Amino acid sequence: MKAEMRLFGLRYNKKPRLNRSLSGTVVIFVFLMFMSIFMVLPLVYTIVTSLKPINEIFLYPPRFFVRRPTIDNFIMMVQIVQDMWVPFERYLFNSLFVSVIGTGLYVMVASMAAYPLSKLKFKYASIYYQIIVWAILFRPEVTRIPQYVIIAKLGLVNTYWSIILPVLASSFGVFLMRQFMLTIPDEVLEAAQIDGANQYTVFIKIVMPMVKPAWLTLIIFTFQQLWNSTGSQYIYDETVKMLPTVLQQIASGGIARAGVGAAVALILMIPPIAVFIISQSSVMETMAQSGIK
Amino acid sequence: MGVPVTTVGTKKNIKVQRTSLKKNMPVLVFLAPFSVLFFVFTLLPIISSIFLSFTYFNMLEFPRFIGFTNYIRMFFDDDVFLIALRNTLIFAFITGPIGYVMSFLFAWFINEFRRWLRSLLTLIFYAPTLAGNVYFIWVFIFSGDAYGLINSTLLKLNFIKEPIQWLTDTRYNFAVVVIVILWLSMGAGFLAFVAGLKSLDHTLFESAAIDGVKNRFQELWYITLPQMGPQLLFGAVMSIAGAFAVGYESMSLTGFPSTDYSTHTLVLHILDFGNVRFEMGYASAVAVFLFAMMILTWWIISNTLGKIGK
Repeated sequence: MKAEMRLFGLRYNKKPRLNRSLSGTVVIFVFLMFMSIFMVLPLVYTIVTSLKPINEIFLYPPRFFVRRPTIDNFIMMVQIVQDMWVPFERYLFNSLFVSVIGTGLYVMVASMAAYPLSKLKFKYASIYYQIIVWAILFRPEVTRIPQYVIIAKLGLVNTYWSIILPVLASSFGVFLMRQFMLTIPDEVLEAAQIDGANQYTVFIKIVMPMVKPAWLTLIIFTFQQLWNSTGSQYIYDETVKMLPTVLQQIASGGIARAGVGAAVALILMIPPIAVFIISQSSVMETMAQSGIK
Repeated sequence: MGVPVTTVGTKKNIKVQRTSLKKNMPVLVFLAPFSVLFFVFTLLPIISSIFLSFTYFNMLEFPRFIGFTNYIRMFFDDDVFLIALRNTLIFAFITGPIGYVMSFLFAWFINEFRRWLRSLLTLIFYAPTLAGNVYFIWVFIFSGDAYGLINSTLLKLNFIKEPIQWLTDTRYNFAVVVIVILWLSMGAGFLAFVAGLKSLDHTLFESAAIDGVKNRFQELWYITLPQMGPQLLFGAVMSIAGAFAVGYESMSLTGFPSTDYSTHTLVLHILDFGNVRFEMGYASAVAVFLFAMMILTWWIISNTLGKIGK
């Protein structure tokens, strides 16, 4: 029975799992496999389409898979990119700079704000928390105009900050970090304070390492959001434009560019997927090291 | 590290005593950077929008105060608003709960697997969200002509004689949008669940087995869920924010406006008045109304979730 369970990769922290029936495990496994196909299908189709030559895109009856894969779409994308008067590397740098700096700053700012909201007592803490949750629920479509006025008044138009600062001001990450910090037992923090650590030391040395899965997850969300931001409302200067804006222009050439569009979408997905894999595997590593708590 | 389950909900916070500035200093230092940014770039725009909802504002002239006229107009002088409201509520009550439960169940199932398989499955389920705007793939799949993937398959197998207009026929397009939204629903909440399940206290599961917890569902209800309270609340907020904000998916799939406004939603109504007709005051009023519905839902759900496992 144990051997069969291993077959499905079903072990939990190198110990046989308690309270688990084999039949239930098999049902869950089969169900997950079916769902995986449903989830991954359109992505596979993106990859396949990006490899299709133009005559296969118009093929009737249409096929899911590609018969003669080609990298024509990618070559065409590179050609279009090379004809632009601002070098492609400049756009890439803009997007990477904004994503990396913005993500780093947001994880810091959000974690700092989450600590007192979860573990310290202060006046108005509960109303502050409620406002933070409400702010997540307000639709951004109507706040864009006031936000634009503020950014323009501060002279931030055509700067990286016009993209970074609104993300740093979003309450989503504070809420996420607060919820995870709530699960830290108070006794741990009290013990550290009795040993003479001040709040800043407790925050850096104890709280942050304990919520590592949370901020690794926050990195994924923030990077993804910044990487996909076009900044088209605030940025008119060609040299400060973001990569998605430019690539979307390439893809918006109608059905004949469907293959190139898929190629563009695929290229744009690579950095967020890389960040996802790195941070998720770090989460797994932390757990492996700490073992059974 | 072993925390008895019972202390998780009841917080005995570390006391920052009295109100002396020295004691409150850390709170101020920790909160200051975010508070300033939050006030200037998030709160101020929200307050402005709420103010604008009581005005006539065409983005050219200065806003003119008109009291509750915008709110009255929504219910008595705008048939499309009522269609959008009905659709939004149907979308929210179908996709919200299903997406939420699915996110948690998948995170929970995935958590049982070995490391490499767990990472791979997390990536697969999060992939649609990671990929962002891949709606165009669904357009190919559900395309209304004979070239669409589903239509061509059904035609070949002789199930249908003529291609079905999946995206424009009002009998089908609502369901198509629901499918795509559910496909996209493994988002922030899902990853928070995955991360939360990883930081659970394992000793509790062993003692629970000794104490007579018999199967995985009992274990889920009595041990796992009570420990996941904070993450479940986070996921709930994300689900509400997503479920009431359906719109971009339906716009990309079924067009804007869709046939007979069959998949028109409040977010699309806001976009219509804000970006197309330049009636920002009215658009703000619709947004404030949507906001109020979401807060009400959040209030109900946060009170209900507090009772899980108890």
